[in-house]
Amino acid sequence: MKFRYAAPTMALMTTLLLSACSSGEEKAADMPKASTPAVSTETTTPVDPSETFKDAVSQYRTYVIQECDAFVTETDKFVKAVNSGDIDLAKQLYAPARTHYERIEPIAEALGDLDPNIDAREGDVAAADFRGFHRIEKALWKDKSVKDQKEFADRLLSDAKLLRAKVETVDIQPSLLVTGAVELLNEVSTSKVSGEEERYSRTDLYDFAANLEGADKIYELLKTHLASKDADLEKQIGDRFATLKAELDKYKKGTGYVSYDQLKQEEVRKLSQNLDALAEPLSNMGKLLGV
Amino acid sequence: MSTHTPEESESRESDSFLKKPVSRRSLLKMVGVGGIGLLLGGGGIGMIAAKARTSTNNGVSTLTTGDTIPFYGKHQAGITTPGQNFLSFASFDLTTTSLAEVRLLFKAWTQAAAVMTAGQLLGSDNNNQNLPPSDTGEAAGLSPCKMTITFGVGPSFFDARFGLAGKRPAAFPDLPAFQADALQPEWCGGDIGVQVCADDLQVAFHAIRNLARIGRGKAVLRWTQDGFQRTSTADPKSGTPRNLMGFKDGTGNPHVDDDASMNEIVWAQSGADSWMAGGSYMVARRIRMRIEIWDRSSLSDQESTFGRHRDTGAPLGSKDEFDPLDLKATDASGKPQLPPTSHARLAHMDGKIKILRRAYSYTGGIDAKTGQLDAGLFFICYQRDLSKQFIPMQQTLAASDKLNEYTVHIGSATFACFPGVREGGYIGETLF
Repeated sequence: MKFRYAAPTMALMTTLLLSACSSGEEKAADMPKASTPAVSTETTTPVDPSETFKDAVSQYRTYVIQECDAFVTETDKFVKAVNSGDIDLAKQLYAPARTHYERIEPIAEALGDLDPNIDAREGDVAAADFRGFHRIEKALWKDKSVKDQKEFADRLLSDAKLLRAKVETVDIQPSLLVTGAVELLNEVSTSKVSGEEERYSRTDLYDFAANLEGADKIYELLKTHLASKDADLEKQIGDRFATLKAELDKYKKGTGYVSYDQLKQEEVRKLSQNLDALAEPLSNMGKLLGV
Repeated sequence: MSTHTPEESESRESDSFLKKPVSRRSLLKMVGVGGIGLLLGGGGIGMIAAKARTSTNNGVSTLTTGDTIPFYGKHQAGITTPGQNFLSFASFDLTTTSLAEVRLLFKAWTQAAAVMTAGQLLGSDNNNQNLPPSDTGEAAGLSPCKMTITFGVGPSFFDARFGLAGKRPAAFPDLPAFQADALQPEWCGGDIGVQVCADDLQVAFHAIRNLARIGRGKAVLRWTQDGFQRTSTADPKSGTPRNLMGFKDGTGNPHVDDDASMNEIVWAQSGADSWMAGGSYMVARRIRMRIEIWDRSSLSDQESTFGRHRDTGAPLGSKDEFDPLDLKATDASGKPQLPPTSHARLAHMDGKIKILRRAYSYTGGIDAKTGQLDAGLFFICYQRDLSKQFIPMQQTLAASDKLNEYTVHIGSATFACFPGVREGGYIGETLF
């Protein structure tokens, strides 16, 4: 949930688009070395990102739509469980349904008020506007009653369907892929790794994994381009995805993950540090955009 | 700090005679300072060089006179360099187990340290809209502020991970447990220690932050501590700084411009562990002061605790701060003028053991449990052999020092600080 940044994100996308087209003749530099004083002499010719990344963008669009479809299907099951008063089943379906949303969160954030309506935590929005997953999460785990939740459940499903409809209209640009991957990891950094996303269900690691999968998908789509631009950077990102996934896999339980409460302080710290280690080079994927 | 483009900085740097040993030598003659010892010395020389650089560069350099201390030299700067106003200290743990990666990290850190101590922006991507800037930017446009960055490796660096156990110097043993130590793991140890000192805390913090950023994926921060002392603005005469107990701290320090005593006390010499020759062994201790208790102690108690007068810093019974300690002097009733348990008397070690102290005050806010101030001394000292200097001295102090009633050691770390780096080389090169 990061709706407060939705507007700046869109503004940033526009900026990126503009600069992507105009900065092609500027000097290139290579990321791991970019943090060092080395000055690269590599130059590149101007590129048209939308042409170069046509396939990647098209495959990402397919992925987003698949995830949205699954999101609607799984949310429908969850909502039915809530509306039928089956608290145990609803609890089981809660985190898996959210997974599909968390994988494509930057897209949802680019679509106006959908993100707060679906994913706001209590306190993120005015009390009267508090609805969506986390409203029902509170009912399931804290109040232990779904009485009066029908209104929120039905609204959640209609918002999910609205997201599915609107997503067709999103103009996915290469810059959104590049910034979206880092944004997904920033989501993990700000609320999931710290256990602040799922206050009552403690299913933060499901969201962590989903954000990571969403970022990994983007990396997979762009890695051939990246390898031809900066092979070291591409390898570094790949290695660090593998390291973080291996770290997260330690907390797998059945088809999901252990409760956040079971993590020790040093385990959280290690996850967070591995995340930062990945996000740092990932944030330099921007050099794909004709830097 | 320069806001030039990297290209400009680069060419300006290559024009600089600071990079050319011959010019640097003639510069010394020019400003009338001779002596091979000075030429080889780490910190002090840079001040002179920087001053001359400004005056001979016809205004090309934007650096303020005397504001730059070169990173490169026979010894690392920041050891015998006169204490700057602020400290930003970081202890890192390596997450990589590959020695090749450690070497790459040390090379990258070396380059970054040279750039940052020269007051320049890191990297070449500081104006690219598509990328995060290479330099985090908070020191852009600021002068170098006499910043020094000093690197060392801790005992754990010599464990099984990197195959360097055989290289651990004999002069760098583990510290024993000292009496009344109350060490907290979160303030102890580390594979790598980085001491950054500068006359501006933002400039110093910028260095730690960017080193941590460069290290991501290879090294992680274990703990950090900022420190302060009175600034040179507040004390233009640069008298001995006072610690948070109100007493002058460091009066008995050896003279850093005396090469013979620095070789005797501070610099590791060539011998069995020749990779450390020209380096020094650092001890860092986070010593919390029981501020509230100290504040309600009488002046008489305070002075007999330190063995010095609070206002002048002079040994008890003497007039001047730098009067020698008279261990035999007695008062009218026949008692020693310097109480046997006083800090000054014990730390004097009968004049047989000396260390170079480089301490800063610190505060960590308040102790949430008691509401008392969490503040004290971030003690740093340098020496050529821990087993012959800090360890026996601290054993004596821990056993008898009256100051222990008012202090508690909660953090401890030791680092073998490398010899200085020649341009083109990198920190730790002699070890690998």
